[in-house]
Amino acid sequence: MEFKNRDIISINDFSKEELLYILKVAKQVEQKPKNNLLKGKILAALFFEPSTRTRLSFISAMEQLSGTVIGFSTATVTSIQKGESLWDTIKMTQQYADVIVIRNPLEGSARLAAEAASIPVINGGDGSNQHPTQTMLDLYTIQKTKGTLENLHVGFVGDLKYGRTVHSLVIALSHFNPTFYFIAPDELQIPENYLDELFQKKVKYYKTSDLMRFSKELDVLYVTRIQKERFPDLVEYEKFKGIYRIDQGYLQNVKKELKIMHALPRVDEIDKSIDKTPHAIYFEQAANGIPVRKALLALVLGKISSRN
Amino acid sequence: MAKRKSKKSSRKTKSKAAKIRPKKISAFAPQDELKRELKISAIDEGTVIDHIPSDSTFKVAEILNLENHKGIVSIATNLQSKRIGKKGIVKVGGKSLTQEEVNKIAIVAPDATVNIIKNYYVKEKIKVKSPDVIDNVVKCSNPVCVTNNEKVNTRFYVVKKDPLKIKCHYCERGMGKEDIEII
Repeated sequence: MEFKNRDIISINDFSKEELLYILKVAKQVEQKPKNNLLKGKILAALFFEPSTRTRLSFISAMEQLSGTVIGFSTATVTSIQKGESLWDTIKMTQQYADVIVIRNPLEGSARLAAEAASIPVINGGDGSNQHPTQTMLDLYTIQKTKGTLENLHVGFVGDLKYGRTVHSLVIALSHFNPTFYFIAPDELQIPENYLDELFQKKVKYYKTSDLMRFSKELDVLYVTRIQKERFPDLVEYEKFKGIYRIDQGYLQNVKKELKIMHALPRVDEIDKSIDKTPHAIYFEQAANGIPVRKALLALVLGKISSRN
Repeated sequence: MAKRKSKKSSRKTKSKAAKIRPKKISAFAPQDELKRELKISAIDEGTVIDHIPSDSTFKVAEILNLENHKGIVSIATNLQSKRIGKKGIVKVGGKSLTQEEVNKIAIVAPDATVNIIKNYYVKEKIKVKSPDVIDNVVKCSNPVCVTNNEKVNTRFYVVKKDPLKIKCHYCERGMGKEDIEII
């Protein structure tokens, strides 16, 4: 297992053992912070489209470890506006930094960036494709709150078609003998290719459009926003927005230990009254972005040993 | 008298053809396929691509850019085949395929045989081999894939050979045979 100089592009690139090792390092980093770990290191944060949590948590993680951050948060201030290719932008950036985190709406852009760069590249989200650090922090949150990743009953509700966090988490959790419940209208159901993959891996799953049908089975419910920006047709968006709502009524029919997750931002899919219940772990989930991203930065920069 | 002479000469031609034709064709087609082979003419020099799945026949023509080929091109599809059900055959006069072209054909016709013809005889028979990686041959069907927006060669991994399923190295989108567009 080697992480030094490794790119973090897709959850598909990681084995079960590697994922568990990253979570182990994240736990160590959270429990025993080493604040000078990345002193003298520079992170280039190249955000070609808006991001709040991912960008801020990467910056915060880097600065908490005494590293520095350069970069931009919108493509309009860059040479992309002058027609510079992504390849050239990355070739230029690597002269100024030790590690790059990139968010770009083009799918596969992070993989291309990693091919251009000789320094490690971390994917901060490439369109509807991958957001591996989000998946790792989701795994970390589940492990931390449930005590294990094995044999869990996990429901996903909302936009399962365009939601990349769902796609990546499904693939990552499939290493741990889960049972999945995909709750969405047919038009927003999880794409067939993911179901094919689950079938091949002999992972049990159920599909329904009824939020209540499997509510009593779930250990974890992963709620997603219906993402307006991913819909090619706004009429379709109007049809589905607000279709599922997690409220006090829903909680009447769930296990006492059910944990509710959300990658945020939410619109109205989780009622605010849920926030103060022990079921809600979505703000903790957002906070877990820090130890996980610290662990990843330290690992790819070779500041934490890849073997343990 | 003149009539009789003409009949005689036509019979002469026919019998000559009958003598030659089975010999020529048997060089690149088994006897039991003779009838089917006759549906498209023999070529003296070039390439015969056989055992193409019927629904990929025109894809093979597209891959080889036959629309712009100056020599003879014969295309037959929906022919009966014991091996693959319905098959297509493409004959291209005056062209020997390169290994690169053979590799491309393998993407849509993994069971095809490529016969290089010289002077009506099969000089070489190549069984195409389905690749595991397809470099810069197929266009990604995802409009927001980076390969459709930046100057970069495409790359696909063959996930399943039959029915064909490929996955984009960059955007990770899966594609079937029906989505395949050749660059």
